[in-house]
Amino acid sequence: MTPLPRWVDVGLLPILNLTAAMLVTGLIVLILGENPVRALQFLIYGAFGYGEAIGYTLYYATSFIFTGLAFAVAYHAALFNIGAEGQAYLGGLGVGLVCLALDAYLPFVLILPVALLAAAAFGAFWGAVPGWLQAHRGAHIVITTIMFNFIAAAVMTYLLVNVLIEPGQANPETRDFAANATLPQLHEIARWLGLPTYRSPLNLAFVLALGACFLVWLFLWKTRLGYALRVTGQSQDAALYAGIDPWRVVVLAMALSGALAGMMALNEIMGAQGRLLLGFTGGFGFVGIAVALMGRNHPLGIVFAAVLFGALYQGGSELAFEMPAISRDMVVVIQGLVILFAGALENMFRPTLARVFARRAEAV
Amino acid sequence: MDDVFLQSLLLADSTLRLATPLVLAALAGLFAERSGIADIGLEGKMLGAAFAAAATAAVTGSAWLGLGTGIVVGILLALLHGFACITHKGDQIVSGIAINIAVAGLAPTLADAWFGRAGNTPLLQGDARFAPISLPLAETLRDVPILGPIYAVLISGHNVLVYVMLAAVPLAWWVLYRTRFGLRLRAVGENPAAVDTAGISVEALRYRALLGTGILCGIAGAYLSTAHNASFIRDMTAGKGYLALAALIFAKWRPVPTLFACLLFAFTDALQVRLQGVVLPGIGEVPTQAIQALPYVLTVLLLAGFVGRAVAPAAIGKPYDKERPHRV
Repeated sequence: MTPLPRWVDVGLLPILNLTAAMLVTGLIVLILGENPVRALQFLIYGAFGYGEAIGYTLYYATSFIFTGLAFAVAYHAALFNIGAEGQAYLGGLGVGLVCLALDAYLPFVLILPVALLAAAAFGAFWGAVPGWLQAHRGAHIVITTIMFNFIAAAVMTYLLVNVLIEPGQANPETRDFAANATLPQLHEIARWLGLPTYRSPLNLAFVLALGACFLVWLFLWKTRLGYALRVTGQSQDAALYAGIDPWRVVVLAMALSGALAGMMALNEIMGAQGRLLLGFTGGFGFVGIAVALMGRNHPLGIVFAAVLFGALYQGGSELAFEMPAISRDMVVVIQGLVILFAGALENMFRPTLARVFARRAEAV
Repeated sequence: MDDVFLQSLLLADSTLRLATPLVLAALAGLFAERSGIADIGLEGKMLGAAFAAAATAAVTGSAWLGLGTGIVVGILLALLHGFACITHKGDQIVSGIAINIAVAGLAPTLADAWFGRAGNTPLLQGDARFAPISLPLAETLRDVPILGPIYAVLISGHNVLVYVMLAAVPLAWWVLYRTRFGLRLRAVGENPAAVDTAGISVEALRYRALLGTGILCGIAGAYLSTAHNASFIRDMTAGKGYLALAALIFAKWRPVPTLFACLLFAFTDALQVRLQGVVLPGIGEVPTQAIQALPYVLTVLLLAGFVGRAVAPAAIGKPYDKERPHRV
């Protein structure tokens, strides 16, 4: 089979997959007795129609960029990390501990790098252990990362209920961090610069996420280690033959993946919440899978896909408000359908497209 | 003494109830995985069936009709998994995740739209729910020492699906090890090229295996919403599909050990409810989260070869390509 032209592979095919997912969604909306076109209008307006909406869309996108990158880095090493949820949860523990311990002593400029390192280190640890078990003990990464999600949830529940809870509080939450241990909100920065301000939880983590995208691109395609990672992903035997230690690469890729997932906690814990609480990951680790598959595991594609999913999450709440027959869970359905069409069924359109373009190539 | 005896009987009784969906789902996974199809979508299939069963039972008032729809939905979702990873050779893990997530969204969406109850279905009463069955003479024999209470508390008084589960284990064993279909099923999970060479369709065989998976997931889901509980509740599977998968691995993909692995995991669950706030002599108060996490920790240790060794069916996770049968 001749390879597809690049614009088809990275442009047309994802759009076709997304369209298929949206068509099925439209069908479900019809079954629910609503008008899909009007639903789409509400969704788009709710996601991009006014300043606050855009802020929320990008705030969600920030988390999805981190978890999408996490999935992609492991995927390039042919590893299936579905443990971003647990890694992000542990990342939150790292951020929370740093903020709680240091917010009385250090200024923001010193807390930020420490918190960033803690988020990455805790997440990296929770990713590296399954990586090590895969590399050296042959424990399948898919199953171990699922198990690690549940173990992370148990650990965090124990810590929040018994250890970290603010005394006298009924909810399992820590005390609020002091202001110097929270990320500046972008609307505050906008006011400081004299720009129009819209209230939303969009914060500095968005900029960090974009930076992470660039660094991941740099790492994967411009460094020796990134090359070793991709070679290992293509063929462990080839890697071994080229003098690369594939087992070390597996651990490294999972550590890096976990670190990226852990940094999602910066957006949620340090950016939006200002305290550590139960279940703050909210399934965003799994959204990362859809985002990475949609974005073809490339940082730039992931940014677009993350904004798309951010729009779905934000527009979805607006939609649920305008059309009572449609609940917010509809967004989760779309997420599942995107994973189905862009991931599991990615070979459905490909052979047809390949035939079409092969014929065109002959005709020329 | 009598009190301790009765307490342990009650503990065993609740272990059996909690194990039922795990065993059914794990056997469902057994059929898929022994045929070479990795199935992490047990969770979604169970959840979908649980919703379909509860919704049908709520509308028609019949638990049996509910069970029927649950099974149909289980089968349809299993066939979708097959369509993606057998017909289109898609990634089996991705397909499983897709089904889990789509159903986790779709079930509460439909519950909301049809019943207007924030993602749940109405409470089931009377015939809409599977009632406990009292086995013959259970009350008469209760006073017989030791055996009487065992019969009355532990063996009698369950709903029909618990007995279905108990029958499903030997049945699965028989199908897998004593029928031609079972032999072929195991072969296709280890060496599909050999099965293909023998003139048997790998695809058809795997689709039939998934049919079994769908039926068993359907029963498991219906048990959750129309027998164990009295309605569909958002996210009511709560990781049971993954736990069943863990039990399946723990049992090294064999039916009878699967039953015991599920009983062990269900026992930890039944125990942690009873141990909440209890101070054990010499240990102190055991955090319930530690007991909750135990099945997952055990599975990881097993997979890593620290306690025994679990070797998966050789062909698992790899789509079979007739034109390139020996591709790895």
